[in-house]
Amino acid sequence: MLATRVIPCLDFLDGRVVKGVKFQGLRDSGEPAPLAKRYEAEGADELVMLDVAATSEGRKNAAETVAKVRSVLSIPLTVGGGVRSVDDAARLMDAGADKLAANTAAVECNSLLSEIAGRFGAQCAVVAIDAAVHDDRWVVLTRSGTTVTELDAIEWAVKATELGAGEILLTSWDRDGTQSGYDNELIYAVASRVRVPVIASGGAANPQHMIEAIRAGASAVLAASILHTEQFSVSDIKRAMREANIEVRLR
Amino acid sequence: MNEVVIVPTGSANLASVRAAFARLSMASRLAQSAADIDSAERIVLPGVGAFGAAMEELRRQGWTRALSSRIEQRKPTFCICLGLQLLYASSDESPGIEGLSMIKSLISRLPSTVVVPHMGWNEVKVQDRGGLVRSGHAYFANSFRATDAPNEWIVSRTDYGGEMIAALEIGPVVACQFHPELSGEYGLTLLEDWLAC
Repeated sequence: MLATRVIPCLDFLDGRVVKGVKFQGLRDSGEPAPLAKRYEAEGADELVMLDVAATSEGRKNAAETVAKVRSVLSIPLTVGGGVRSVDDAARLMDAGADKLAANTAAVECNSLLSEIAGRFGAQCAVVAIDAAVHDDRWVVLTRSGTTVTELDAIEWAVKATELGAGEILLTSWDRDGTQSGYDNELIYAVASRVRVPVIASGGAANPQHMIEAIRAGASAVLAASILHTEQFSVSDIKRAMREANIEVRLR
Repeated sequence: MNEVVIVPTGSANLASVRAAFARLSMASRLAQSAADIDSAERIVLPGVGAFGAAMEELRRQGWTRALSSRIEQRKPTFCICLGLQLLYASSDESPGIEGLSMIKSLISRLPSTVVVPHMGWNEVKVQDRGGLVRSGHAYFANSFRATDAPNEWIVSRTDYGGEMIAALEIGPVVACQFHPELSGEYGLTLLEDWLAC
């Protein structure tokens, strides 16, 4: 059976991991490559790296950071943040990304997803959707959550897959950072409308939250802070999932 | 010669493939010509992207005959993901485009009963003994699949919307639907065993 994936997420800026990292036993905890390697050793199924630099100047070194991680990583690597054109995508693929996640640029330029899928295949084209509840529906946020669009998140998810996205990285902006669990209604609403895998993101504080997201229809769960702060390891999460009769790859 | 030669099909994740060989202390370079493909000790045919586009690129470069002939001669060749599918006669993905036709069957779309792409770690089950591929979890990312192969191939399978082929082997010719370069230690062990055979 296909195993449900647990995917650590590293936000990075200027070659350093940002956002609450507290790794013991790693001398320089801000280096992405040792963290990536450690997560792989714990049983991570994939890794996502998001460049949080706000400007293109700040993004100049992203490919270098990706290449450093690639050289030590033997599992799939998705890179997002700053994928604005198929040339950006190609540069990150050359550096060692296996999949590209597009968010704002995919909303603002609908041809981006079809261009990435056309060149690298649908399995490389990930649409990252930041969603939040506004007026009793989920709308899409862009520009790191600072711009609220009129776009219905569920309709955008469907359209993005029609444009060629082979996977949806679905983040609840309402839940992100709250530790109150994923927005399972949002996950169900999207997963029941599309055929591609949905990665749940935003709000996880413990393995039980992950189990609930998978039962709501997620094919994979993304986690950042609960892993970075060492509250749980990837293998803790997977053991809890297996006890809940969810198929996982345990090492 | 202590290197592998990679056939660029136009759109593969070459960096990941090369990084995997680098971790095994094996140099890699890209193929330049049909003669190169013919004479290389070890060839890797990777591939992500579409069946039709990859075949057109191989034809444009004039590399199809060199590839077919080294596989017929059982020279060490490792085909990854789309690389396996290119061994077949044709694919639902690109109707009307002929593959390398080493195997006279078709590549079909995954059924609508499952989430597509088939994305993540699935269990490889060795069906026939005597090959390099072992049972274990490997990383897949495919929307199309092979379901049958002639008897002379050693077959491993996986289950996703029914049984599909995970790997095919004849001696030093290995073709995997999964990505060994992204399959952690399982994948590195397979590549290492292939380099040693």
